[in-house]
Amino acid sequence: MEDTIVRYVSRIILPFVQLYGLYVVLHGHLSPGGGFSGGTIIGASMILYALSFNLAAGSKKLSHDVSSILESTGALIFAGMGLISLLLGANFLANRIAGFPLGTPGNIFSSGSIVIITFGVGIKVASTMITLFFSLIEEEHSHEHH
Amino acid sequence: MIDVFKYLILVFLVFCAVFVARAKNMLSAVIIFAAYSLMMAILWLLLAAPDVAITEAAIGAGVTTLLLVAAISKTRREE
Repeated sequence: MEDTIVRYVSRIILPFVQLYGLYVVLHGHLSPGGGFSGGTIIGASMILYALSFNLAAGSKKLSHDVSSILESTGALIFAGMGLISLLLGANFLANRIAGFPLGTPGNIFSSGSIVIITFGVGIKVASTMITLFFSLIEEEHSHEHH
Repeated sequence: MIDVFKYLILVFLVFCAVFVARAKNMLSAVIIFAAYSLMMAILWLLLAAPDVAITEAAIGAGVTTLLLVAAISKTRREE
């Protein structure tokens, strides 16, 4: 599937799509959206890259190993923030009671641990989307190499 | 005015749902389903749920369509 128009258009809009996804993830505690929505947008942008260029280029940008590491990293960030709250002497995923600084409402560095948790969820969802797409579209025999 | 728009979208949603179920060609069913999801995202926005609207636009109109098209390309196109 070699199409010049699709390639040029996706090359132009891809940075904006990824920036918007990052914006939705990082402003999850301030505006509508959050880890799931923003992660889906980032994952969809990677799928768009793999579709408009070719599949080999897409999996070269983000291989199976890297995306599985990212997936585990997202889950670990979520569980780790919960365990840090436990270590600080509060309930699992406790925020203000565990002593995280809340900051001024409306700033991007506010709301304590929610920013970090949302970021972890974003990483997890984005890499899950990419893994779902690649494992569905790839041929059967290529699984033996992984 | 915005109420008329809402009812138009609702009628469009019902038509889309019926035609997705009745389509013989799988690819056209997927495309109608993407249109359904897009209209549903606009409706979520009008119903003051922008969070759900963003998710619906990204998941419903984007990723679900891609995954279903990938599944069709692996199987038969006709029902």
